[in-house]
Amino acid sequence: MSAQVIVTIGLETHVQLKSRTKIFCSCAAEFGSTPNSNVCPVCLGLPGSLPVLNRKVFSLGLRAVLALGGTPSEVIKFDRKNYFYPDLPKGYQISQFDHPLGRGGFVEIDTPTGVKQVVLNRLHLEEDAGKLIHDNSPTESHVDLNRAGTPLAEIVTEPCLDSSEEAYEYLTNLKAILKTAGVSDCDMEKGHLRCDANVSIRKNAADPLGKRVEIKNLNSFKAVKAAIEYEVKRQAEALEKGEVMVQETRLWDDTRQKTFTMRSKEDAHDYRYFPEPDLVPFHLEVSEIEEARKSLPTLPRARKENLMAKYNLSEYDARLICADQEIENFFEDCVKIYNDVKTIAIWIKGSVFAYRAENSDEFKKFGLSRLKPQLLVQLIGLVDAGTLSLQVAKEKVFPEIVRGFSPAQVVKEKGLTQVSDTGALEGWIVEVIAANPKVVEDFKSGKESAVMFLVGQVMKKSQGKANPGMLGELIKKKLKEI
Amino acid sequence: MNFAEKTINALADLYQKNSCTQKEVLESLATAVKSKDRDSRQIHAYIAPETAQPRHRKADKSSKLWGIPIAVKDNICVEREEITCASKILKGFISPYNATVIDKLLDAGAVIYGRTNMDEFAFGSSCETSTYGPTRNPRDPECVPGGSSGGSAASVADHTAVASLGSDTGGSIRQPAAFCGVVGMKPTYGRVSRYGLIAFASSLDQIGPITKDVRDSASLLSVIAGYDPKDSTSADIPVPDYTALLGKSIKGFKIGIPKEYVEGIDNPELRKKLVEEPKKIFESLGASVETVSLPHTRYAVSVYYIVAPSEASSNLERFDGVRFGYREAGASTLLDLYEKSRGTGFGAEAKRRIILGTYSLSSGYYDAYYLKAMKVRTKIKQDFDQAFKKVDLLLTPTAPGGAFKLGEKSKNPLEMYLSDIYTISANLAGVPALSIPGGLIGEKKMPLGLQLVGKPFDEATLYQAAYAFEQATDFHRQLGNVK
Repeated sequence: MSAQVIVTIGLETHVQLKSRTKIFCSCAAEFGSTPNSNVCPVCLGLPGSLPVLNRKVFSLGLRAVLALGGTPSEVIKFDRKNYFYPDLPKGYQISQFDHPLGRGGFVEIDTPTGVKQVVLNRLHLEEDAGKLIHDNSPTESHVDLNRAGTPLAEIVTEPCLDSSEEAYEYLTNLKAILKTAGVSDCDMEKGHLRCDANVSIRKNAADPLGKRVEIKNLNSFKAVKAAIEYEVKRQAEALEKGEVMVQETRLWDDTRQKTFTMRSKEDAHDYRYFPEPDLVPFHLEVSEIEEARKSLPTLPRARKENLMAKYNLSEYDARLICADQEIENFFEDCVKIYNDVKTIAIWIKGSVFAYRAENSDEFKKFGLSRLKPQLLVQLIGLVDAGTLSLQVAKEKVFPEIVRGFSPAQVVKEKGLTQVSDTGALEGWIVEVIAANPKVVEDFKSGKESAVMFLVGQVMKKSQGKANPGMLGELIKKKLKEI
Repeated sequence: MNFAEKTINALADLYQKNSCTQKEVLESLATAVKSKDRDSRQIHAYIAPETAQPRHRKADKSSKLWGIPIAVKDNICVEREEITCASKILKGFISPYNATVIDKLLDAGAVIYGRTNMDEFAFGSSCETSTYGPTRNPRDPECVPGGSSGGSAASVADHTAVASLGSDTGGSIRQPAAFCGVVGMKPTYGRVSRYGLIAFASSLDQIGPITKDVRDSASLLSVIAGYDPKDSTSADIPVPDYTALLGKSIKGFKIGIPKEYVEGIDNPELRKKLVEEPKKIFESLGASVETVSLPHTRYAVSVYYIVAPSEASSNLERFDGVRFGYREAGASTLLDLYEKSRGTGFGAEAKRRIILGTYSLSSGYYDAYYLKAMKVRTKIKQDFDQAFKKVDLLLTPTAPGGAFKLGEKSKNPLEMYLSDIYTISANLAGVPALSIPGGLIGEKKMPLGLQLVGKPFDEATLYQAAYAFEQATDFHRQLGNVK
């Protein structure tokens, strides 16, 4: 690995807004239709056609700005970004240049050194381009304009991310905010979230920012992380070799996990931005902003603070729980019927998250719909009452209750009740001591940890049913008797 | 009988009295178009007149324009009709939809008949840059009909159309109307929907009528004007009946003559015909005429030739040979496809304007050209606001003189650009302006155009004043527009 460098990253994220229709016409903004079926003279860019702003799209954009804590522009204005490409039917993209819909705002992320605010530069609205299809024919390329005119919000951060992990964390939290605000479905598979990363490195903090390299074609959070890591390594090695860094645009190849030069600064487009004369600028009324603000649901950041205040949860726990609305609802439902907030949080962070991680397909399909809050609470109750050991509860009963079975019934059917009967426990202890003479010697020579080992052995022997709270004392007593 | 010699209003009367049928009218029109348009004078007002097909929609006989044939400039989309902006690059393109004005005309019972010739993409003032060859002036075939709506004006003057639609970005309706001795109206920006008008310069373009007399102009504008949800720049302001004030006295009207427009007219005859005589006529009608100032006038042409080509350079990007229109065969790469198709598809003037516009929008030049031009444009608009605090309307020549000869200015683009010096400001300011026959000049009695410029959305006053002038002077009869 090359020498330590300071990494600076800025992200540009294109988010498809959750509108049934396109931004400047009434065609369906649908994924997966027959090519060129959701089109009209406007999104085909036919001669003489004119764009008309879809107010619903505009409102979604406004919600996004407010959800991210940005300041909406007073003047709503669009501009033309001119360039030639076959997927761009008008030869220009209608976008926003000098008056983006929103400026500022931030997204909070966790870093090893604490919570960090990723500051946003801007959010602007624009139309998506179509798609080129190259694999229909060996000699021709085809154009599908279904996607042309699909509404996008481009969200640009300041160059304030310091690592690939921060970039990943930022995207995760951005997605949570936009989903909660109802602005976008953020479905990566449908291309609802696409990212370009600007990466530069320098040797010392006192140096000016290094030459910026823009990486395009990042279609998943994983790709963003991998591409940044690749690029940092590539740039650091180049710097080490004394190569001169150039400002350029590179393309990420997800299969080969590498970036490739796409174009250098010299070949950069001059987009010749100018105000879109077909759309009349208008003033954004304060009342409209206030209405949009009021209609926003509680966002992850505020929800986290609510959880902390309401249930005295740690920031860490609150953040984990509110990252997913369904988990949060589940938590609140549990707390309503059982007041041991801490224990519920522990179960959610532990077993529920593990279940979610291990069963991602099932979880995607059913979510938490089959795990009822009552069942988890009953399970916790059984442990608290001493009927069930924690270990058995986690390992043997939890996997059944996520499938909808009652914990009491599982315990009964499988004979999992915790054993607290001294006689029965002593029987197992005697057997374990007999099988581990070396450990007994350790205890005699003063090793207290020997007791913990024997507790573990008894738990194992009892298949987890032995009451671990009683074992320590009983084992010590037996050992001393020897 | 050639029914195309009738005005809209005369023809409507004949229909009301059952003196003719729609079939008779259309047959006589087809005969006139096919014979006159290709006769020895080579007027060539129409593109492909031999294939012209009337298009109409079921409408009540009491509809405003029932049975009235209207010719349409080749940059206004008609469903299932080829539309090319007189450019090779659009040859073969069939529009799948109607422009809003076409829908309005069809709903009012009008018959769309014939595509009229124009300068390529409306870039020109002489109708000489068409890929189909030039249109000639029916008053004198050695002269140009003006442009860019040269075909629309020539067809009306030559009685191969009852009335027509043109488009005006810097004078493209008014200047040809002046050269051909007919009436041309450029409405207030936003008065008529641009949906379906192939854009030249989006912030300047307006569709308007070209007619034989003022009443026809008012009748036609009443139908095509109005708010269109498909055009964000159209104004949601009610449309009055523009014929309502025709014949009403203009006594007490205050008319301003901008001194910057007339102080440079050295030719005594032009000065007499374009300034002094019209002034006297209006005064005799009871209006007061005073001199006003539009101090930023001298910047208008410069501003226009930055703003209009800038917008045009962007508007013409969609003509790339990829999806429709002309594609040059044998391209080896994508860039090659663009360069070959656009290189061959566009004519010289189109290329000149694309290059001009691309340059003024380029990074590093934008502030010095486009942005500055837009600031001066605001000043020009303020000049009009100021003037209209004092007067009801402005009176100016439409063009520096009558029609010039074919080829006279086509070698010198700058000289050509100056032929729009009186008309450009109205587009930059967005105000309505109308050209009417204002006098006749020379042995051949060639028409001179008089321009009336009004307050935004006050076309009604323009028509009232123009009608009074027309009735007092009778140039429209002397020219044979109305027989």
